[in-house]
Amino acid sequence: MKKRFLKKPGAGIAAVPLWMFTLVFVAGPMVYMLILSFLTRDPSWGVVNEFTLDNYAKILNPVYAGTYLSSLKLALSTTAITLVIGYPFGYFMARLSEKWKKRLMMLVVVPFWTNALVRMYGWIIIFRSNGLLDKLLMGLGVTDAPLRLLYTYPAVLVGMVYALLPFMILSVYSSVEKMDWSLVEAARDLGASKARAFWTVTAKLTLPGVLSGVILTFIPSMGLFFIADVLGGGKFMLVGNLIRDQLFSARDWPFAAALAVILTLLTTLFLWLYRKITHVRDLEGIL
Amino acid sequence: MKKKASVFPKIYLGVILALTYVPIIIVIIYSFNASKSATAWGGWSLDWYAKLFRNADLFDALKNSVVLALMSSLAAGVIGTAGAVGMARCKSRLAGAVEYVSTLPIMIPEIILGMVFMAFFTLLGLKFGMLTLFLGHTSFCIPYVYMIVKARLVGLDKSLPEAARDLGASGFRAFWDVTLPLIMPGILSGMLLAFAMSLDDVVISIFVTGARTVTLPVKIYTQIKTGITPEINALCTLMLLATFVLVTLSGILGKKRNS
Repeated sequence: MKKRFLKKPGAGIAAVPLWMFTLVFVAGPMVYMLILSFLTRDPSWGVVNEFTLDNYAKILNPVYAGTYLSSLKLALSTTAITLVIGYPFGYFMARLSEKWKKRLMMLVVVPFWTNALVRMYGWIIIFRSNGLLDKLLMGLGVTDAPLRLLYTYPAVLVGMVYALLPFMILSVYSSVEKMDWSLVEAARDLGASKARAFWTVTAKLTLPGVLSGVILTFIPSMGLFFIADVLGGGKFMLVGNLIRDQLFSARDWPFAAALAVILTLLTTLFLWLYRKITHVRDLEGIL
Repeated sequence: MKKKASVFPKIYLGVILALTYVPIIIVIIYSFNASKSATAWGGWSLDWYAKLFRNADLFDALKNSVVLALMSSLAAGVIGTAGAVGMARCKSRLAGAVEYVSTLPIMIPEIILGMVFMAFFTLLGLKFGMLTLFLGHTSFCIPYVYMIVKARLVGLDKSLPEAARDLGASGFRAFWDVTLPLIMPGILSGMLLAFAMSLDDVVISIFVTGARTVTLPVKIYTQIKTGITPEINALCTLMLLATFVLVTLSGILGKKRNS
């Protein structure tokens, strides 16, 4: 009986729209990006169908390689800070009572669902020269002149951490939540100190959540060009800014495609490593 | 093991949570600021709201955003649900590959998705506007519905549709009368998430938007970049309110999902 139900011919037909859409509007554009990255840019307008590797060679140009490296550095700093703040948060949150877990979940999710630009706008008001932070610090006598934090590196970093923190919190939370606490207790009973029990048991068991959080913060932080724009005043270039400028200003589409291909490869590498290390297929806490 | 009630975790959670709300609360407070200067406080006023409601451009953008989010979350609801149901029957390697590619839009950085759409739609010769926005948004809305419905299907008691089949219902009928109502909360919360993501999207929209069809986030982005008007505070506050309503709704649906 079960067999007949499962083998019902034609039930898989429901997936046809998904397959079609994926083929035409996801795979299609991605393949076109790959092809485009090997084509030559027309000096006046558009693209010439001539094979070249120049676009990839161009990435090695110190100007562009520098942007890639500084973008990586910012992404790493963002991820590290997010982890340091987010891990304890997710951990403590998972240890609350059911009622408070639900309440806190709501409170974490609301900013997450709020338009990212709206939240960045709040930071502009705070960081602006003679803005709220300056007034507060000067009022308290901590500083005697405006810090002019807006359009600086720390401002961009704060914006990035702020935008991506919920991903880390939710990832860590979901792995701490389903952890088997009896293992920690067993370690303690066998004489391990609290710190040792944490490092040998808890840290290992929550690793999938941590790695998932790292990926979910690291990957987007390479491309969030609008944060660098709005809080960095165009002084800081991410890979995202570079791609955008190549598309809209320089009009060098093949080069933009090459930059994007490298970023895609990097992303795929991270996802592959994640699966390799944790043996989990889907990222923890993504939904 | 004795448990000592430590206050540190509670203080930590409270402080971090409070910090995440600071920028949001500031936006709300400043939307009622009578002063034109964005930093000085000039007393309470509703002027910016009055001004906002007279700004036809912003309302056009809002209308575009809502229509777009509705259309793409609906399309994603249909394609994603049907896809999850159909894929549950295919176990081939090819199906695994298709699943991987179909969830790519929420895995890769948004900027890449935006750029490939811009290049691809230009190649196809599509006119940039609502159609390109719709296609772009649908592509990243589908994975949300697909993944939530898939999880719901895995947890489904398979004997229920089987019982319907044994009682003589056709495959479609068993799906429509038994499976569909059971996965409905999953479909709805997936669509709600997709709706919120579409309404919120700046990056992809910038690449696939036309000169005349502007979405609200794109409009806000250009306004913040060119010069700040306190009207944005009022607009942002209204959007916050909408977010609260959506989150509460999804909370109610989530409760149903668990029960």
